[in-house]
Amino acid sequence: MDQIIIYKIILCVIVFAVTLGAAAYMTWGERKLASWLQDRVGPNRAGPFGLLQPIADGLKMLFKEEMIPTHSNKWLFILGPSFFMLTACMTGAVIPWGAGFTIDGTYFPMQIADINIGLLYLLGVISIGVYGIMIGGWSSNNKFALLGALRASSQMISYEVAMGLALIALVMLTGTLNLGEIVAQQDADYAYIVYQPLGFLIFLICAFAETNRAPFDLPESESELVGGFHTEYSSMKLGFFLFAEYINMFISSAVMASLYFGGYNFPFQHELGLEGNLLSAIQTAVFLGKILIFIFIFMWVRWTLPRFRYDQLMNLGWKVLLPLAIFNIFITGLVMYFTGKL
Amino acid sequence: MSLTNRSKVVAKKELTLMESLYLPAIFKGMAITLSHLFKRKATIKYPEQTREIAPVYRGQHVLKRDEAGAERCTACGLCAVACPAEAITMEAAERNKGEESLYREEKYAKIYEINMLRCIFCGLCEEACPKEAIFLTDRIVPSSFTRGEEVFGKSILVEDVNERVDVTKRQTPDVLSFKQDKKHAHNQTFQDRLKQ
Repeated sequence: MDQIIIYKIILCVIVFAVTLGAAAYMTWGERKLASWLQDRVGPNRAGPFGLLQPIADGLKMLFKEEMIPTHSNKWLFILGPSFFMLTACMTGAVIPWGAGFTIDGTYFPMQIADINIGLLYLLGVISIGVYGIMIGGWSSNNKFALLGALRASSQMISYEVAMGLALIALVMLTGTLNLGEIVAQQDADYAYIVYQPLGFLIFLICAFAETNRAPFDLPESESELVGGFHTEYSSMKLGFFLFAEYINMFISSAVMASLYFGGYNFPFQHELGLEGNLLSAIQTAVFLGKILIFIFIFMWVRWTLPRFRYDQLMNLGWKVLLPLAIFNIFITGLVMYFTGKL
Repeated sequence: MSLTNRSKVVAKKELTLMESLYLPAIFKGMAITLSHLFKRKATIKYPEQTREIAPVYRGQHVLKRDEAGAERCTACGLCAVACPAEAITMEAAERNKGEESLYREEKYAKIYEINMLRCIFCGLCEEACPKEAIFLTDRIVPSSFTRGEEVFGKSILVEDVNERVDVTKRQTPDVLSFKQDKKHAHNQTFQDRLKQ
């Protein structure tokens, strides 16, 4: 029993480190990709290919002067970014990062918390995330920050509805909320993208909106709202907000990969003749590869599509995605009924 | 009337079903940005790479010395007159006895200044010069922190006796013969015209 607790703590640290490291290097990747898409070279001065750039950026953020506006609520002002960062890091707990290892007859799962309501936990934590933005924006006591925070909360609430409904169609198929089981089902069967293409599209669009990424980066919208909800933030508190966005992106990529693209499973994995721990290691690598592809799509879309206007955003959320998600549930139900799965 | 045949008539029409889905347009845009991922980058990584310049590039000026090392400039002021940006000023002085090795003609430029902030590097000063004294070179004018530093005096402009600046690419034999050919009115002196 002690052994498993120590193992879980180590796994926690590893997942935390990988998430933060990935987020740090996603800032580098984002800048590189942005410049490549614009026929530029990108950061290339700090270290080979600019690989030390995230470290330089992080150090810069840490050593910047810490400013807290006089008329702001100091405790809430500090709570905002902390909360946003906390919820961003919490989501990684339920994701199955691999099939698990067996050492000396003991089974070590690659999932921190194998809870049977994993999907529900995920949605819950994501919806708490908006509080970080809301508290931060409101306590800044600044018009732009408040507007950004309001936009953020209404946007995230609107898109959570469609996101949840898109997932309901998936849950109808899986019959479980346990993420580990959902991934395991996709080993026996096809990946759920085959059964839920529309659901995936809705989920993808909602994931863009939930992570405040372009074309849904209205809360930040640096060209019209100064900096949105983080206008008044400086130093590492600003760093937390920016950093948490990348963590959110990483986690939502992982969620999309595990829900719709088979998680750590890959085609013909059992025909390779590999067994046990080696196969498990390859599966984890494949899962990270899938995450990378989704991150690439996130960035690719950001540097292609312009930002939505606010009314267009609300129209898309409530008048297009919500009916589409309900339609998807309806079709899924019909198909399940006629194929005898219900 | 259309000059280029590229103008388009703009019409405000209703979107078709495919267009109102926006997805084809989005994928088209994504394809365009993806194609840029593989295109050659326009950037020249400056300190490691330098931009290629033409052999007859018009950069920082040089005031030439003759073979014996005497300054060729006689402060006639034709370059200052020719200069469209009025970047050149000079002050003439008379050569004293014993200075023959320093100055080629009896008159020389005591002060010769080019304001590099005004200069447009057109090369008209070089064309105007009857003494083959001023040339534009392929050297790039360095940047500076003050405006005053950008006014180049004789200490910068006149070439060093031991370190001659190569202007053979701009002063080819063809250019030289053109500049000295008496057929052209701009090469004729007053005496030449009296003879005709």
